[in-house]
Amino acid sequence: MERTTLDLWVGMFVVAGIAALVMLAMKVGNLGTYNVSDAYQVQAYFTNIGGLKTKASIKSAGVVVGRVTGITLDTERYEAKVEMSLDRRYQFPKDTFANILTSGLLGEQYIGLMPGGDSEMLKNGAVIKKTQSAVVLEDLIGKFIYNKAEEPAR
Amino acid sequence: MSATNTIRIIGHRAINAIWRIGMASRFFVYTLLYSGSSFRRFHLTIKELFSTGVMSLIIIIVAGLFVGMVLGLQGYETLKRYGSESALGTMVALSLVRELGPVVAALLFASRAGSAMTAEIGLMKATEQISAMEMMAVNPIARIVAPRFWAGVISMPLLAAMFSAVGVFGGYLVGVVQIGVDEGSFWSQMQSAVDFRDDILNGVIKSFVFGIVVTMIALFEGYDAPPTAEGVSGATTRTVVTSSLAILMLDFVLTAIMFRGN
Repeated sequence: MERTTLDLWVGMFVVAGIAALVMLAMKVGNLGTYNVSDAYQVQAYFTNIGGLKTKASIKSAGVVVGRVTGITLDTERYEAKVEMSLDRRYQFPKDTFANILTSGLLGEQYIGLMPGGDSEMLKNGAVIKKTQSAVVLEDLIGKFIYNKAEEPAR
Repeated sequence: MSATNTIRIIGHRAINAIWRIGMASRFFVYTLLYSGSSFRRFHLTIKELFSTGVMSLIIIIVAGLFVGMVLGLQGYETLKRYGSESALGTMVALSLVRELGPVVAALLFASRAGSAMTAEIGLMKATEQISAMEMMAVNPIARIVAPRFWAGVISMPLLAAMFSAVGVFGGYLVGVVQIGVDEGSFWSQMQSAVDFRDDILNGVIKSFVFGIVVTMIALFEGYDAPPTAEGVSGATTRTVVTSSLAILMLDFVLTAIMFRGN
């Protein structure tokens, strides 16, 4: 078989197509940014998760350390059970505090981890005991109005 | 009398349509069965890849660039009202990767390469080249149809990926370079919002399905065209119309399956 210019063109076409796919994956998508290669699983119970979704990021001091892998309702406690996958490079003390926070006023919700002072670390399958639920704007407004109403009339 | 006639015509059309669907399915199965030779004699497929893929490059790239630029402009105008210009990258990338890339690339592909395929095969039939092949004991489906089919199926996802990539670049040109959206938030918000498996891979699957459907419609219309000048022109028109409609309808079905809103 001889090499023809046709082969060159087709080869360039295929290479350009694959390059476009790789560019999409790396530059546009999240494949190049973060993936948990070696992870351990942790759980936490929240009374209200607000708008938290699976694959939401888990941050500590603003650095992404893991992803939410599953959200279910525990029917024994009637609380939301959030499963998290954390990067093994980052170890957290046992009394770490998990908050559901919002990036910006209307942004995505994520879980913020505040390390405690315990000398023992969270292990695979451990449960984070100290949690704080999402701030629900309606509740806040409701409380505000309630407090206003309680004030004596002037 | 005319009422029964109308009913008769409707019935005739319906039966004809079902007949054609059956023939098209049989044609599809034959194409798959006889496609071994298009890989054994790969130079046939490469020749078709050149005429379907490489020759569609310019229209795909230019169209992608302008679609991305329009998205950047329109998206900025809308997002500005909510003070979230930084989400421009997300908007441009998601709409391109999920929808516009596969769909617009497939529409362009249908009108650029699909119509050419139909006209070529229809004319081959009209000039009795296909009958001549059969007489020489060369299977026309293996020799003519299958290489074109695989060339279309291979080039469609690549073209759609290029369309999306160029479109994102077009959005970047208008959004960041011209209007002045912050470059860092443009890319980082895009990267955190676009998922490789959910968004990019689903887009690739979409364009793969569109590639199969468009090339199959084009090849069948050509192969089934009445061997006259009029017949070939009608078949070419039908290719563009049918495959455009098929793309848009299938896109809805695929989107409904892929993004059920979790």
